[in-house]
Amino acid sequence: MYVIVVGAGKVGYYLSKRLMNEGHEVLLMEKDRRRAAMLVEELGDVVMQGDGCEIRVMSEAGFGRADTIVAVTGDDEDNLVVCQMAKRQFSVPRTIARVNNPINEDLFSKLGIDTSVSSTALIYNMIDQQIEPGQIIPIGALRKGNIEIVTINISENSPVLGRPVKDIGLPDRALIISIIRDENALLPQGDTRFMPGDSVIALVSTQDESSLRSVFTEAG
Amino acid sequence: MNVLILGCGRVGSTLARQLSQEGHSVTIIDLTGDAFRRLGPKPKAQRIVGTGMDQDVLRRAGIETADVFVAVTQGDNTNIMAAQIARRVFDVTKVIARIYDPIRAEAYRELGIETFCTTTLATSLMRSSIDGDPRMKPVEAILQDMDREYREQISVR
Repeated sequence: MYVIVVGAGKVGYYLSKRLMNEGHEVLLMEKDRRRAAMLVEELGDVVMQGDGCEIRVMSEAGFGRADTIVAVTGDDEDNLVVCQMAKRQFSVPRTIARVNNPINEDLFSKLGIDTSVSSTALIYNMIDQQIEPGQIIPIGALRKGNIEIVTINISENSPVLGRPVKDIGLPDRALIISIIRDENALLPQGDTRFMPGDSVIALVSTQDESSLRSVFTEAG
Repeated sequence: MNVLILGCGRVGSTLARQLSQEGHSVTIIDLTGDAFRRLGPKPKAQRIVGTGMDQDVLRRAGIETADVFVAVTQGDNTNIMAAQIARRVFDVTKVIARIYDPIRAEAYRELGIETFCTTTLATSLMRSSIDGDPRMKPVEAILQDMDREYREQISVR
């Protein structure tokens, strides 16, 4: 796969190295001349100095044959424009943007970016997970159809404890795909029963998220 | 008319001054409070310090009731992103952005944002003047008038 990474900060740098190790063809683009020159010394031809929003630079970098564009600069506006221009002018099949302000995650998907990743939101969710067990933690989203992948930790007081999956009254648009128990991932059947300490992984439509929550959280 | 302007540089401040003198309700946003000095003493426009790509800042600046949104910061991408927020999130009918890069100006014009590329504007006017295009005579007169009006406005303030 040919992947162009725009922005050679720490995220872009480590991401590019990882992709290269996995055998992908990578181009790492950096606007800042000093930073680019420094990285050329280490990574060689993989690094290109230039502004990833400039059409001339984009053609030169081969946006036209790229499979994926990843924009990970520290500025949301630049990441947005890189991805939008890649889609519009070069019909790049997949665009991924880093968002620094979590509120922009929604905006970016509205504006045609295939995937956006907010480290702020990810870290926040992890903190949230530690302080409030029993709550539904989003771990991913399918852009089409408003489906979320969530995880729920089963506490000692959960009303589903000891009950089989088929009897807990899951909302229509929710599906339990796995139960993590003692480091093992189980593929639950209708008669699989919940135990304290289980982590449930489920797909749920955003509309049904609150009904799913009430199924798993202590009554009252 | 409620006008919200992003960026209090030369263009932003001049627009703000003109529109508020004509009785429009103008709010202007800039990253630094210092920029508002360009509005002159006793400015009528309401001033908000913050980034125009932050929906909370835009809301605070009254974007929900704005009839016109103008993005004229130094950054093309900032203007593009703010303009798209105004258009797609807040449904502002008239959204105008100044964009230096002609390619980007064209791309986003097709996406429903009125873009003004000052690079093509200036070069094509200069080209016409160099080529001795007869259509330039009236244009030169208009430009002269505009500059005079600008100067008068500044000295009037």
